[in-house]
Amino acid sequence: MSSEYAFEAKDVAKYFGDVKALDGVTLKAQQGKIFGLLGPNGAGKTTLVNMLSTLSEPTRGSLKVLGVDVVEHPDRVRRMIGLAGQFAAVDEYLTGEENIYMVGRLYHLSAKEARARTKTILEQMKLTDAAGRLAKTYSGGMRRRLDLGASLVAHPKILYLDEPTTGLDPQTRLDLWDTIRQLVREGTSILLTTQYLEEADELADHIAVIDRGKLIAEGTSSQLKAKLGGDVIEFELLKPSEQDEALQAVAHISKKKASYDDERHVITVPVGSDGSRKLAEVVRALDKADIAPHTLSLHQPSLDDVFLALTGNKASDIEEKPKPKKRGRH
Amino acid sequence: MWNTLRFEASDTWAITKRNLLRYIRLPQLVFFSSIQPIIFLTLFNFVFGGALSHAGASLHGKYINYLLPGIMVQVTLFGGLQTGIGLARDINSGIIDRFRSLPMSRAAVLAGRTIADMIRNISVIIIMLIVGYLYGFRFYEGAFRGIAMILMLVSFGFAFSWVAAFLGMAVKDEETAQLAGFVFVFPMVFASAAFVPVASMASWLQHFANNQPITFAATAARGLAIGIPTDGAAWKLLLWIVGILVIFVPLSVMNYRKRA
Repeated sequence: MSSEYAFEAKDVAKYFGDVKALDGVTLKAQQGKIFGLLGPNGAGKTTLVNMLSTLSEPTRGSLKVLGVDVVEHPDRVRRMIGLAGQFAAVDEYLTGEENIYMVGRLYHLSAKEARARTKTILEQMKLTDAAGRLAKTYSGGMRRRLDLGASLVAHPKILYLDEPTTGLDPQTRLDLWDTIRQLVREGTSILLTTQYLEEADELADHIAVIDRGKLIAEGTSSQLKAKLGGDVIEFELLKPSEQDEALQAVAHISKKKASYDDERHVITVPVGSDGSRKLAEVVRALDKADIAPHTLSLHQPSLDDVFLALTGNKASDIEEKPKPKKRGRH
Repeated sequence: MWNTLRFEASDTWAITKRNLLRYIRLPQLVFFSSIQPIIFLTLFNFVFGGALSHAGASLHGKYINYLLPGIMVQVTLFGGLQTGIGLARDINSGIIDRFRSLPMSRAAVLAGRTIADMIRNISVIIIMLIVGYLYGFRFYEGAFRGIAMILMLVSFGFAFSWVAAFLGMAVKDEETAQLAGFVFVFPMVFASAAFVPVASMASWLQHFANNQPITFAATAARGLAIGIPTDGAAWKLLLWIVGILVIFVPLSVMNYRKRA
């Protein structure tokens, strides 16, 4: 089995009526690594996770988890996977311990095994002290850890983490990152979906960027950054009418085209790796053209920049589909 | 084969246990399954009892003997409705997706829910019998038939649970499930022999009331508890129970499997 991919998608599409949640995506994820799936809300991340978890079937294409087809053998797939996500699927009226034990039994561990695993998981997730309390008394971070713990109870070979840190405070997020890294060290393959470039950058060995159901870029974090051209310089215009002049003035600075965002009146210049030298050039060029910027900054590309560069749209421009409370989207 | 059956049973038990724990721990559910039925019983008995016992709704000289079997039908149906409401709630909370991603039985989530609701219904019936006894209700046909009455009502509620399960998964929303249930169950209960004799209703309504399962249930329950002629109501009810289960169990399980 070691030659198999953790998961493999071949030309996978999922349509909900006229909505193409996924439209022909092909991906391969190595075992024992973190595969990052990066994209804004509504990009199709959860749709893919749901199909890989056997919750829904693809409209077209094939999906395999460790070589097993999810449509033909859903039950074999279910035995190998763990699922945890942004909508922590814990029972609020069970204690932390009862939640994990129940899921263990439902993975068909023996009562004795389930008890032993529950104890280990509670320790691993630092929930031992809260084990006897109802989950509804847990904080957001504790709930997320409980959800993650429940998904780990039967030693899944592959773990899906669907936006595991969305809505968590920074410290809790860092703690969860450590837990995720620990899991990979122990040999678990992970599919991580996220809206945060920083998170994918920090954790994922391989990143696929999807947008409106399509794969738009793929590679390691450094490959993607190189593709984006590294740093960007942004400046906000005092007078929006000066946009053409300003674009003209900075045109010679980078080989990549500068762009203008007419909502924020911001011009973005991709400048590669020598950002600080280029920053001085931008200042001189604007001064020469007699344009006074409102703000001026040099920074690493954000998710917005990734999407701007790859699709020509800002991530935030992408129409957000009304999101049902539950994780399954239809 | 043996393993499959064992897992079906253990999965169903795990889910049943989970639902029962919720019932004990959720205050509003304790209310709906104990206080509310007692309020219904008390109001009906002391508000309508006087008038209705003069209008023929009286057995062995007391409205409570007429009322209790009927109101227990209503209460077990409301108990059955909880199945749909609870399922819709679970769908929205995301926990159903967790269950569906597990290598567990595809019927267990539904069976665990309907069985838990059945156990709850048994406890509700016992509470109502105790209060009914205080209000003067008596079994006139012996303990054996009394127990048969309880089993019959519980089976009817159980069958109705599967209808509610189907509804709950179709509407996927707690409030709608509640509303759909009440909109459907309230008229059905009132247009039956649950609270008043069918002969006292508008003549166009009598035909419907005489031939619907809630009337069969109320009449059969009275037959077993008090010993009135029932015209085979228990057998007709049994046919309904079997019919509902044969249709709605596979339909609901299929829906659970497919939901995507």
